[in-house]
Amino acid sequence: MTPIIEIDGVTKVYPAGFRQTTTALDDVTLSIAEGGATTTAIAGESGSGKTTLARLLLGFVAPTRGEVRFRGKSLARMSAAERRDFRRDVQPIFQDPFDVFNPFYRIDHVLTTPARRYGLARSDSAARPLIEDALRRVGLRPQDTLGRFPHELSGGQRQRIMVARAVLLRPKLIIADEPVSMVDASLRATILDELRTLNRELGISIVYITHDLTTAYQICDNIVVLYQGAVAEAGSVERVIRDPKHPYTQLLISSIPLPEAVRSWGREEFRTTDAAPARKSAGCRFAPRCDSALAVCWSAPPQNFVCDPDRLVACHLYRDFPVAATPDIAAAFALAPHSLGA
Amino acid sequence: MNVAYAQPSEPRSAYVFAVEDLRVEYDTLAGPVKAVDGVSFALRAGERLGLIGESGSGKTTVAMALMRLTRPPARITGGRVILLGRDILAMSPRELRQARLRDIALVPQGAMSALNPVMRLEDQIADAIQAHAPKTSKTELKGRISALLAGVGLDPSAARKYPHQLSGGMKQRAVMAIATSMAPRVIVADEPTSALDVVMQRQVMQTLGRLQGGLGAAVVLIGHDMGLIAQFADLVGVMYAGKLVELAPVSEIISAPRHPYTRLLIDSLPSIVAKKRLAGIPGLPPRLVDLPPGCSFAARCPYAFDRCLSERPALQATGANRTTACHLYPDAAELPPPPSPRAEG
Repeated sequence: MTPIIEIDGVTKVYPAGFRQTTTALDDVTLSIAEGGATTTAIAGESGSGKTTLARLLLGFVAPTRGEVRFRGKSLARMSAAERRDFRRDVQPIFQDPFDVFNPFYRIDHVLTTPARRYGLARSDSAARPLIEDALRRVGLRPQDTLGRFPHELSGGQRQRIMVARAVLLRPKLIIADEPVSMVDASLRATILDELRTLNRELGISIVYITHDLTTAYQICDNIVVLYQGAVAEAGSVERVIRDPKHPYTQLLISSIPLPEAVRSWGREEFRTTDAAPARKSAGCRFAPRCDSALAVCWSAPPQNFVCDPDRLVACHLYRDFPVAATPDIAAAFALAPHSLGA
Repeated sequence: MNVAYAQPSEPRSAYVFAVEDLRVEYDTLAGPVKAVDGVSFALRAGERLGLIGESGSGKTTVAMALMRLTRPPARITGGRVILLGRDILAMSPRELRQARLRDIALVPQGAMSALNPVMRLEDQIADAIQAHAPKTSKTELKGRISALLAGVGLDPSAARKYPHQLSGGMKQRAVMAIATSMAPRVIVADEPTSALDVVMQRQVMQTLGRLQGGLGAAVVLIGHDMGLIAQFADLVGVMYAGKLVELAPVSEIISAPRHPYTRLLIDSLPSIVAKKRLAGIPGLPPRLVDLPPGCSFAARCPYAFDRCLSERPALQATGANRTTACHLYPDAAELPPPPSPRAEG
């Protein structure tokens, strides 16, 4: 089956000052299956390349090497009609619920425009029932929201309107780039629960880009952990989060401040300060920060080792395991439990 | 009278830092708004208080008022901030200048904008020290700067650098070096790790904890992340709509919250231990301009009953070391399981 969207051996290099470059993403291959209502988390710290990956998937930036394909067709060579399908079927939700609104328009504008443009309705009044349904699905009361200006709504309400806008078009895939990082904790849970409900009830697949592993664990079935533009570990969230294998994933998970009475943070570490690494590694990017680095880590980049049927780890510590047969990270994903019977 | 100490039986002199009935108002077109409404707490040397609240709850306004950095349209309209027996709010400008950094220091939110972009780090640290000890010799100054940088885990070479040459975590460390340069007795940290990722956040918080422990300083940590507060603080104060609604030792607040808001806040946090349905707190915080007559949380509270809508609850003891502002007490010994779930919307 053709995946709905796939990035094939993609590298993205940005210029960074005079004659210098930054490799934001380095030879990543990942496919998102068509149908099946999958939920995939792309997790990493700032600088891991997760937002670059989102922008590539949305066609906002072109890859330096490799190809991004929508239903088998390269984004760079789509016809106008194909591009329209792509723009309808793949919907973004952005991080900042403030910047995406034009302050001079009522919020109706962001809902009626796509409804008209994609032919859901011939007129604004015909679009109204569709819009009201979309708003109710994200827990907003249409009479309290329509007709207001962006500044009259809270950040959480504005972000829910963006979710409603995405839902309105009944896309196949939503790419949500840190959708709740600027929303208060009490609302965060509500918005993520709504995303999960849309996934279940409308069968919309979700790519959830985040630095927060706890929410990734809660709403996604599979996860890809990025470190400096490369995949460190990927697989089902139960494997990766509950029993991390890569030293970087272990460090990330042990650093999560848990709201529990027993303090889980270990000793203070200076070893892993963010100061420029003393030694540049030609092999694994994580070697300068890694407590378990071997000699080989400094010389050769690790391959993807298949530790479990539903997990791969790019780390030399697991070199006795078989090397992944395909570069596609999705080969390590567990099928979503609810998609099996569907 | 509305003064709630964590340990009410102890004499006031046991505390290095006591805030009594602090009030801050913002002047708005719709009239004055009570952003901080009667906040009280007291800390002993070495104690760490975490003040937690949603945006708009008044927590950053409290931090600014503790430093007396409140600027119009905000004004401090009442209360006392007693630092080592002296009221910061009553100090002369000269006394205030001397007290800041030497007795009470701020680690601000967003270290990126707290540093001067056109000064080397060493000059910024020297500035702080020389403002309080002008006679410090050059060699002594150099030694102190190296020691301060080493104390926050920065390489001595960082002294010669400009802020843009440092990463976010390094800048936050540099700011902590400045804040602790005069060995203050109280450190106010306003969301010091809000822009950092988890690994850096943990390192910065652990560094702050070590510095504070070494100095025996009391800490007021402002934040919105219950996990972070739970990992760092000894005492937790929960703020809602400008008021402290619960104050208790961290282990008690996590294991047995008394205020319904605290319980919902903790329950709304995602866990990595078990998958559960994510449940937020229904509704929105009230607008401070028109607060309801009763409890500010009543409209969102699954426990609310008639009295909550008409009468404002005062803080009352709900345990040996804890206070809660909720009408469920003193009738209830602890927070009962929620009544029938309310429809969302």
